[in-house]
Amino acid sequence: MIEIINLTKKYGQVVAVNNINFTVKKGEIVGFLGPNGAGKSTTMNIITGYLPSTAGTVKVDGYDILTQPKEVKRRIGYLPEAPPLYRDMTVTEYLRFVSSLKGVTKGKQQGQMADIMELVGLTDHRKRLIDNLSKGYRQRVGLAQALVGNPEVLILDEPTVGLDPKQIIEIRRVIKALAQERTIILSSHILPEVSAICERVVIINNGVIAAEDTPSRLSEDINQFLKLTMIILGDQEKIVKTIKTIDGVNYIEASVKTGDNAYKYVVESDIDVREQVFYKLAKAGCPILESKPSTMTLEDIFINVVTQGTEVS
Amino acid sequence: MWTIAKREIGSYFKSPIAYVLIGLFVLLISIFFWPRLQASRGDFITILGDMGFFLIFIVPILTMRTLAEDRKNGTEVLLMTSPTSLYKIVVGKFIGAYTVFLVITGISLIYPLIIVIMGGVFTIQLTGGYIGFLLLGAAFIAIGILASAVTENQIIAAIISFVALIVMWVADTLATTVGGIVGVILEWISLISRYQVFTKGILGLAEVVYLLSFTIVILFLTVRIIERRRWVQG
Repeated sequence: MIEIINLTKKYGQVVAVNNINFTVKKGEIVGFLGPNGAGKSTTMNIITGYLPSTAGTVKVDGYDILTQPKEVKRRIGYLPEAPPLYRDMTVTEYLRFVSSLKGVTKGKQQGQMADIMELVGLTDHRKRLIDNLSKGYRQRVGLAQALVGNPEVLILDEPTVGLDPKQIIEIRRVIKALAQERTIILSSHILPEVSAICERVVIINNGVIAAEDTPSRLSEDINQFLKLTMIILGDQEKIVKTIKTIDGVNYIEASVKTGDNAYKYVVESDIDVREQVFYKLAKAGCPILESKPSTMTLEDIFINVVTQGTEVS
Repeated sequence: MWTIAKREIGSYFKSPIAYVLIGLFVLLISIFFWPRLQASRGDFITILGDMGFFLIFIVPILTMRTLAEDRKNGTEVLLMTSPTSLYKIVVGKFIGAYTVFLVITGISLIYPLIIVIMGGVFTIQLTGGYIGFLLLGAAFIAIGILASAVTENQIIAAIISFVALIVMWVADTLATTVGGIVGVILEWISLISRYQVFTKGILGLAEVVYLLSFTIVILFLTVRIIERRRWVQG
């Protein structure tokens, strides 16, 4: 559905996107992950035809964005980083404007707008001025705008940024519902978000694709048991000494006191030491109250992927 | 194109801009019209000449937001990624601003009407003069839109178009003083010398063609400038 071939974008001397390649199949939902300034928005702006590329091609449904921009634009709904809203209009006025802009016929407009507003939860706010809406609701209007004209492809640039947790869950639900019949590319810098919605993740850094896989396989890449957070009852000094004797442990740190005589510890090792830690502490008479592998953040995966990349090169 | 024009018009009349401009224009004409009315002189055509001058102040305010605002608010992305062409966007903006200008022009017809009521006539020269005024307005608005395309700051857009219009207004006078090649160029961009032909009561084909082509060329340049900016920066 979407093919990106040798895409490069330069702003003067600065290379924002450097020769990236990837394809998105019809009906797929792909997460675009990366830190700020990695080139996510630039890539999205090129796919949607807002910016021209310096080199390389983007094809949507077989149409080239440079030679047949209208065909491509007809198939894409785009929610840019800052929702493109006219604040002096009401929600209905605005969506009607977008409908005629995208060439939705007069007869279909009313019904389609009603469906979209229902889907994103704007029906009760349809007569409000966009200027008077909260940030979360403006984001919904932005999403509604992208859905006008029923495009096959949705490009969403950080759709949940700036929303409160309840709204984030709702917007995710909407995106998932949409995904059933559409091809979606969505960018984010939050890993759980991407793994909650997307089937495939493309990690981009400094304008190049650093990794590309399913969310679960990306997290498998890293042995997450090498860093444990534990709560252990007993004498602090004794515990630290005991754990240090285990082969493979190279770091232990006691941090917060969590109860009477119980502390939180962070243990880092080269190999999986969970079993050893259990037996040693049991022998020492210091029960483990809690133990969990440190949660994977985007930073961890990211740093891992990036450093692996540099090691190879 | 009409979608964009319609939105522009709605936006003008939702904000105070349209009303402030209409008020300002009526006030200016009234100040100039009153002494003539007292002196019982029914030659509104000279006022039409002054009205051309008022446009130098009115048009920059009218056009400053057309493209600059879209760039600032990010709504430019919506327009550019929708299946429409850049030409239609720019012409739509032009039609929007021009409609407000038409309303203002319509209101200015009150004054000749007063003359007619008091026993004067709406002369054929005045009709020609008004045609000239409508064409001059089109050329001015095109310049204002061009200025709005080069910046995302509305105030700067207004200043650029104001300076450009002033230069065009005095170009004729300057041309005779400077002379030479520069003089020829200045004379060539002098909108006012063309407009003066109309206010003398002459409906010259050359002037009509000049002002119309001027408008079209400037709008074309506007499209090229936006296009170029897309390629050069981001």
